[in-house]
Amino acid sequence: MNKIALVAKREFLSRVQKKTFLLTTILLPLLIFVFYAMIIYFSVKTEDRFTIAVADNANILNNKLENKKDDINFTIVHNTTAAQLDEQLQQKKCDGYIIIPADYDLMGRDSLQLKSGKAIGIMTREKIQKLLNDILEEKRLMALNISKAKIDSIQNSNQLQFTTLGGKKETDTKAGISYGVGYISGFLIYIILFIYGTMVMRGVMEEKTNRIAEVIVSSVKPFQLMMGKITGIGAVGLIQFIIWIVLVIGLQMILPLLFPDLLHHTVNTPMQPGAMQAAQAANNSGAIHSIMQGLNDVNFPLIIGCFIFYFLGGYFLYASLFAAVGSAVNEDPQDAQSLLLPITMPIIFAMVIMTKAVNDPNSSLAVFGSLFPLTSPIVMMARIAHGIPDGVSIMQLVLSMGLLIAGFLGTTWLAGKIYRTGILLYGKKPSWKEMWKWAFRKS
Amino acid sequence: MGKILELQNLKKYYATQKAVDDISFAIEEGSIFGLLGPNGAGKTTLLRMITGIFYPDSGHIVLDGNTFDPANDIIKIGYMPEERGLYKKMKIGEQALYLAQLKGLSRAEAMEKIKFWFRRLEMESWWNKKVEDLSKGMSQKLQFVTTVLHEPKLIILDEPFSGLDPLNANLIKDEIYRLAQQGSTIIFSTHRMEQVEEICDHIVLVNLGKKILDGTVEDIKQQFKENKFSIRLKEVPGYTTHDSFDVIEQKANTLVVKIKEGYSSNHVLQYFIGQNTTVDAFNEILPSLNEIFIQLVEGTKATTRAFQNTQS
Repeated sequence: MNKIALVAKREFLSRVQKKTFLLTTILLPLLIFVFYAMIIYFSVKTEDRFTIAVADNANILNNKLENKKDDINFTIVHNTTAAQLDEQLQQKKCDGYIIIPADYDLMGRDSLQLKSGKAIGIMTREKIQKLLNDILEEKRLMALNISKAKIDSIQNSNQLQFTTLGGKKETDTKAGISYGVGYISGFLIYIILFIYGTMVMRGVMEEKTNRIAEVIVSSVKPFQLMMGKITGIGAVGLIQFIIWIVLVIGLQMILPLLFPDLLHHTVNTPMQPGAMQAAQAANNSGAIHSIMQGLNDVNFPLIIGCFIFYFLGGYFLYASLFAAVGSAVNEDPQDAQSLLLPITMPIIFAMVIMTKAVNDPNSSLAVFGSLFPLTSPIVMMARIAHGIPDGVSIMQLVLSMGLLIAGFLGTTWLAGKIYRTGILLYGKKPSWKEMWKWAFRKS
Repeated sequence: MGKILELQNLKKYYATQKAVDDISFAIEEGSIFGLLGPNGAGKTTLLRMITGIFYPDSGHIVLDGNTFDPANDIIKIGYMPEERGLYKKMKIGEQALYLAQLKGLSRAEAMEKIKFWFRRLEMESWWNKKVEDLSKGMSQKLQFVTTVLHEPKLIILDEPFSGLDPLNANLIKDEIYRLAQQGSTIIFSTHRMEQVEEICDHIVLVNLGKKILDGTVEDIKQQFKENKFSIRLKEVPGYTTHDSFDVIEQKANTLVVKIKEGYSSNHVLQYFIGQNTTVDAFNEILPSLNEIFIQLVEGTKATTRAFQNTQS
C-alpha cells in the first residue's frame, strides 16, 4: 500500500511540476475564454448601422415606424422620387431605400423593393425582412379589425404542460437544461477517459522502453507499480479538472461585466442543442428568469457527486486497460493503435448511447448502457441530469455504481496480469491470443 | 560461513520452452559468485526468480536461512538488471531517493546513504542534473549506487561493466570487493570470462536451462586441464618425440606438450634433461574459463530445450 502511494506521488509530482502542465491547465481555459469573448464581442458590436429610407407613398405606415433595433434605422421620407433617393444613396445619406408605391395593396401579394448601395449581408437582410414583415402583418391585422390582444391569445403556445408521476412540473426549460447538463457531463467523461487513459498508456510505454520497469519491479510488485501510476495520473486529472472548472466559473462571472448587454444575445445565440431548446422555451415565458428557475430545478450536488464518482470509476476501469496495452507494445506507436481499438470501441459506443439517453433517459437502450460498466460512466451522466426518480431510479443508480466498481476490479485484475508479463517482455508485439493467455494463466 | 542463498530444484517453464529446468545450487555468504551462460540460457529468468519478480513453477528458494518471501525480503536484495534504465527527465538526486524509498528506506535514511555514496564516487555535483544529461558510463555509476544503496545482503549484478571505461570499471570493481569484504554476497552474471576469472570465487555455468558446471574457479580449471605444459629450453634438441608426450606447438625455443595417459611431468623433464639441454622454464597450462565455456556450450542448440511433444 505504502509503495503504491510512493509511486503515485512520483507520477503526480513529475507531471504537475512540468511547465507544460501549468501551460495547459491555466492557459487552455484562458485561451478558450478569449476566443469565446472575441466571438461575443464581434457579434455584439455590429458597428454598421443600416439606415433605410422609406418613401411611403401609399401612406400605410401613418408616419409611424418604430426603430426597435438600434442597428437598423428606418426613416420615413415624403415626396421624394426614385432619382432623389438614388442621389441620397450615392451621397451615403442612407444605405438603402424602399419605395412603397401609392397603389400598394396591403392585402395583396405585391412585393416591395429594397435598393441599396452595396450588397447587404445575409444577417442584415433577415433582420430587415423580419422588421418589415412584422410591421406589415400588424397593419394587415388592424385592417381586418383584429386587435393585438386577440392575436396573442390565439397564438398562446403554452397549452400543454408536462408533469411526472411524482407530481413535479416538467417545464420545457427544465428538460432543455437537463439535456444540456447531461450531454456536457457525458461528453466530459468521454474526453477524460481518452486524455488520461492515453496518458497512462504513454507512461507505461516510457517505463518499458527506458528499461526502468525491470529496475522498479525488483523492489515493487508490477501490480503496485501499475496502480501507483494509475492513481497518480488520476490525481493529476482530478486537480486539472478542478482548476478548469474553477477557472471557467470564475471567467463566466467576469463575462457579463465586460459585456453588459450580453444577456439577450447569449440567449439568442445558442451554442449547443440543449441550450437551444432551453432558449426557445425561455423565449416563450420570461427568458432569463425561466432559465434560472430551470437551473435551480437541476439537482447540482447530485450531479457533481455522480460526476466525480463516474469520473473516477470510468477512469480506473479504463486506465488499467490502457496500462495493459502500454505494457504489451514496444516503441512503435502504431502497435498501440491496433491494440487500442477494442478499448476505444466501447467508449465510442457509450457516446452514441449517451446521445440517445439524453433525449429519452428511460429507454431500454439507455437503461442497459447505464448499467453495463464499460458504458455506464458516460451514459449514466445523461440520465442523472434528468434527476432522481425522473431520469433514473435509485435502484438502478445503486446497481450501476455497484457494477462499475465490480467492473473496475475485474479489468484491473485482468490488466494487472497482462501488465506483469508484458512490462518485462521485449521484442515483437504480442498477439491477442498471447495476451489472453497472459491474462488467464495461473500464478 | 553459512549459505546466504540456496536454490533447490527450481523450475520455470514458459509456453514454448523450459527456461529454467531443475537448477539447484548454493552460495556462500560473503563470496563473489559468477553465474555464467550463453545468451538465452535462462540466466535472466533465474535471476528474476531470485529477486522475486517471477515465481518458480516448482522448487524452493532459501534466503538467509528462511524460505524466500518476496514481499519482505526485497530489502535484502539489490538487483541491477542487464536491461536497465532510469527516468530520463528526473533529477538524479530525486531519482536515487525515489528508488531507495521504494526499497523501503525512510526518506531521512535514504538521504544520508545517498550523500555517503555520492561523496564516495565523486558524484556530488550531479544532484540536480537530469539523467538525460549523463553519459552512459555516468548513468551506469548511478545505477550501481541505487543498487547497493540500501546495503543489501545479496547484490545481483547483471553485466555491471558494460559501457564503462577501464577507470570507472576499476572503481566499481573495487567497490564490489569492498562490499564482499563487509559481508555482502555478490552474484555476478556475465559472459565476459576474463572478468569472472579475475573476480569470482565460485561459478555456475548454465546452458539450455540446466546447470552444467558448478565449482570454484580453481577446481573447475583443474577438472578441465588437458595435461598441457609449456617448456622453454636453452636450445631445442633435434629430436623431440617420446612415449610420454606429444608436441602440440613449437614457437622458437618454447614447446607446448601434452602428456600422455600414464605418464607425469617428471617423465617429460627427465627426457629433456637426458637430451642435455637446459630447461629454462616449465609450467602447467590450465585452460582459461573462456575455453571451457566454449567447449561446453558449443554445438548445443537452443532448440533442444523446446518441448518435443507439444502436439500430443
